[in-house]
Amino acid sequence: MHIVVSIKQVPDSAQIRVHPVTNTIMRQGVPTIINPYDLFALEEALRLRDAYGGEVTVLTMGPPMAEDCLRKALGYGADRAVLLTDRYFAGSDTLATSFALSQAIAKIGEMFGPPDVVFTGKQTIDGDTAQVGPGIAKRLDLFQLTYVAKIASIDLAAREITVERRCEGGTQKLKSRLPCLITMLEGTNEMRRGSIEDALCAARSRIVKWSAAEAGIEDLTKCGLRGSPTVVKRVFAPTPRSQKAVQIDTAEKTLRDLADELIGAIFTRQPALEPELAFEAA
Amino acid sequence: MSSANPETPRPPAGRAGMKKELPERFRDYRHVWVFIELERGQVHPVSFELLGEGRKLADKLGVQLAGAVLGPPGEATQNAVAEAFAYGADLVYLVEAPLLADYRNEPFAKAMTDLVDTYKPEILLLGATTLGRDLAGSVATTLLTGLTADCTELDVDADGSLAATRPTFGGSLLCTIYTLNYRPQMATVRPRVMPMPQRADRAIGRVIAHKLSLAEDEIVTKVLGFLPDSQSGTANLAYADVVVAGGLGLGGAENLQLVKSLARAIGAEFGCSRPLVQKGWMPADRQIGQTGKTIRPKLYIAAGISGAIQHRVGVEGADLIVAINTDPNAPIFDFAHLGIVTDAVRFLPALIEAFTRRLSPHSRDKLAS
Repeated sequence: MHIVVSIKQVPDSAQIRVHPVTNTIMRQGVPTIINPYDLFALEEALRLRDAYGGEVTVLTMGPPMAEDCLRKALGYGADRAVLLTDRYFAGSDTLATSFALSQAIAKIGEMFGPPDVVFTGKQTIDGDTAQVGPGIAKRLDLFQLTYVAKIASIDLAAREITVERRCEGGTQKLKSRLPCLITMLEGTNEMRRGSIEDALCAARSRIVKWSAAEAGIEDLTKCGLRGSPTVVKRVFAPTPRSQKAVQIDTAEKTLRDLADELIGAIFTRQPALEPELAFEAA
Repeated sequence: MSSANPETPRPPAGRAGMKKELPERFRDYRHVWVFIELERGQVHPVSFELLGEGRKLADKLGVQLAGAVLGPPGEATQNAVAEAFAYGADLVYLVEAPLLADYRNEPFAKAMTDLVDTYKPEILLLGATTLGRDLAGSVATTLLTGLTADCTELDVDADGSLAATRPTFGGSLLCTIYTLNYRPQMATVRPRVMPMPQRADRAIGRVIAHKLSLAEDEIVTKVLGFLPDSQSGTANLAYADVVVAGGLGLGGAENLQLVKSLARAIGAEFGCSRPLVQKGWMPADRQIGQTGKTIRPKLYIAAGISGAIQHRVGVEGADLIVAINTDPNAPIFDFAHLGIVTDAVRFLPALIEAFTRRLSPHSRDKLAS
């Protein structure tokens, strides 16, 4: 089977700092990583390939340096990597991004065989929208299976797939058809350590690089800023609360006295809470 | 990079979206809609929170507020219609069909896009639940319009555009996003981010029923079953009145027992900050913060949590925030109401004991007298 995994290179958000005066993101020196949610999608794709045979193609859209994350994916064992990079894509929102990626996936399908499953992560850690996966599904007319916790079975002959998907208050078991798009839930598997052969292969592999034109995109008005219906008008820092916390003085007090004092302060501020808590605790 | 192209490419066009002129075909898009999320007979409370928010937007625009109810024929759906009015809707668009019994993307996306194409709202709000996000992404793509996820603030600016504010870059900054030239302007909001509006018994108003032109055999995806969560607590975390949470300051996974014991002693739900989920000390559905659960309890006790911005945006709606941390400079003290600089691992046993003493029936009798 042919599986396409769409991944994104993101700044390691744990290390993002905001300039205290200009309120701009200080990107310099912030390391980039594969969006952590995408690793669950990639691992699941590799497992399907190992079980059913076939190939895994990883795809990303981004600046030329996004090649790093594709090499990493090849190191984990992906068979092929495609980098979609063009300045026409700059400023894409989720609608423009899903357009470009779906065009590239269609092109990948033409060149390397139509995909049976397209995977994405649940969301990215920099945008957190969870919109690009459903966008790709809609544009390519793939059956959309989001928040998938487990792929229960695939019947390639019947083109059927059964999955367990996370939903509000429980898990839904769904039967659908290939080709489908799956957004993989986090914590559902653990990324393998790539083999030595994969590492060597990753270093040697040529990464397929496509401009918009090379990916077969004719309508550039659907790309980048021009193809994005949303406009970011203002970026600003959250207003700090004017008052800091009232500190309970800890000097020369037993823990017991401190605890009593804290509880007293809680119930002074929220008198209605005490009878409620007493009722709950009973 | 596009070296294959012999011509020098024209520079990308400017921000077309900045043009203020709304295209002719969108001029008759009016009114504010809220998608009423109905699953297994229950309306998700986020729909009521959105009706509260939608009411403010509709009033500012001088338009009507409508609920969009999609569900199977029967009592639950009728009840959802009544509740939409009780929480402030002026009218309800209703799609009733047996194939809308369990959520599936295909029939719901079709019903929702049909409704929008037919009745043309200018604003469409959905809850950022697993269902809402699954649906919103495909509806916005079908309609080719803008969708802003996880908004923390919604407003209407002077020219009537929706200003949707959301955290960006992992919550370190906020940004305000517009959908200027397309309709409807779509946004999702996470549960508990907006306050619950007052409910008032009101008569059922105008209901516009719309027929879904789709048959079950046209839908590929079938629901084979549903397994409800065994721990009901995780579902309640977002809506709990009292929440206790632990962070890295607890030192080790074994000390989370203290957080759970305190929660039990005062009838609270428990959770944790993001690093604990990443370390595998607690499951992801217990995470409190921007990428976890947003909470709005009457009392929130944070033990050993430093208070990164992404945690802050998830707890700011709490009435009273109590922070316990050894570091007097921890950012949590910037937004907590009550602070105590001490080691949570040593302090929590004393706090549990003191709460138990104070809340015991004996002291309650004293309180009553």
